Amino acid sequence: MSETANRDGTARALGVTLAVAFVCALLVSVVAVSLRPVQQANVKAERVNQLVREALSGIAPMVKTENLEAHVVELASGQFDDGIDPATFDAEIAASNPDTSVEIPREFDLARLRRRALHAPVYLLRGSDNAIHTIILPVSGRGYQSILRAWLLLDGAASKVRALRIYEQSDTPGVGSRIEDPDWQAQWRDRPIYDDAGVLRIGVRTRGGAETDEYAKYLVDGISGATRTARGVDGMVRFWLGDFGFGPFLQRIREANR
Amino acid sequence: MTGNNYWKILTRPLVDENPLTLQILGICSALAVTTALDTALLMSVVVVCVLALGNGSVSLIRRQLPHSVRIIVQITIIASLVIVVDQILQAYAFEMSKRLSVFVGLVITNCIVLGRAEGFAMHNGFCASVLDGIGNGLGYSLVLVIVGAIREFFGKGSLLNLQILVPVSDGGAFEPLHLMLLPPSAFFIIGGLIWYIRRKRPQQAEKPEFTLRPHEQGTE
Repeated sequence: MSETANRDGTARALGVTLAVAFVCALLVSVVAVSLRPVQQANVKAERVNQLVREALSGIAPMVKTENLEAHVVELASGQFDDGIDPATFDAEIAASNPDTSVEIPREFDLARLRRRALHAPVYLLRGSDNAIHTIILPVSGRGYQSILRAWLLLDGAASKVRALRIYEQSDTPGVGSRIEDPDWQAQWRDRPIYDDAGVLRIGVRTRGGAETDEYAKYLVDGISGATRTARGVDGMVRFWLGDFGFGPFLQRIREANR
Repeated sequence: MTGNNYWKILTRPLVDENPLTLQILGICSALAVTTALDTALLMSVVVVCVLALGNGSVSLIRRQLPHSVRIIVQITIIASLVIVVDQILQAYAFEMSKRLSVFVGLVITNCIVLGRAEGFAMHNGFCASVLDGIGNGLGYSLVLVIVGAIREFFGKGSLLNLQILVPVSDGGAFEPLHLMLLPPSAFFIIGGLIWYIRRKRPQQAEKPEFTLRPHEQGTE
């Protein structure tokens, strides 16, 4: 009986509960903090998956997960770098780290990004015959007053654009923001990227002369009043398709298709 | 305690003292997570882990635990374990943890867990308590797996996402029973299971609370 009385004292109750609470709190915090990076990578991969699916809507109606491949490309060589897990690779973090990024030479820096990561993720959607149906490239660039982020979708031979889906921008509402209009983005559909000599020609027309221009079929119309945003899109697309962007990777795909 | 006793502690909750079918505990989660076999299996693993660890830790501190605050301490321990398991699932089984959603967290309120901590671990040694936790977890799992398999098989024609019967929509002859994917079907199946077990083991059947007097014919 005396033992029970001793066990039920207030001081003892306080001591035991505090000790238990402390041990439990320690356990929960250690687990939560140590697993945080893995969980965040999961959430990010999920978000990217969602965005890729949204970008593909209207182009490939039924996207099965097993047909969608993610890779990390070393941009300079255009080779897949299988040592990096696309699920955990974060191009934004890599671009801000001097060890994993490179300064973009002025003459190449059409997107005005200054630095880019050495690697970039790409997504390949394969058809039922296992041939590449769509290449999905994440692109970004500076618009008028904000960073534009978009998915650039190319056909399997990397010869024309399937779609440009801008999913993040905060340029002037009603003016620059019209680059998000489906009508404007629809102009990119089936636009050829290179001329017969293999020179990169695609872009946005920000000056007049549509009828006389021999490259008219490579250019989408700009937006009146939003010249600088339109130029931003032009620079973004041309930079990432160009030699300092995904150029070497796309070159390899075109050679494989030849 | 002898090995024979330990074996009994582990195996009795499977059928003879099954927490779900005899004590009718933990029904809520059993309804929610058994639409498919894979979620039922994962939930089973979660409950077995929480029960074993919870029982073990409560048993370790049972002599130090003041009687007046024992329930709150047990809940704290169980809640911490559930959070840890939930965090691990979110890190390493992300897709599945999204499908189990809130029901992993709700293991805290699963009456089986607290029931075993208060009813068994408070009075028994560490090894016996851990075994009792595993046994009760497995008893719960057994029902979950049976119900999950029945619901997935008749509701979708598949098991563990492997299509076994081809549904009509894909040109087969199997018409999926959509009722099976709705919560009431779990009630029917669990009810059927309880009836079957109590028929086989009549000692489990509860005595009627009162008996009807035989009808008296006419008056004297």
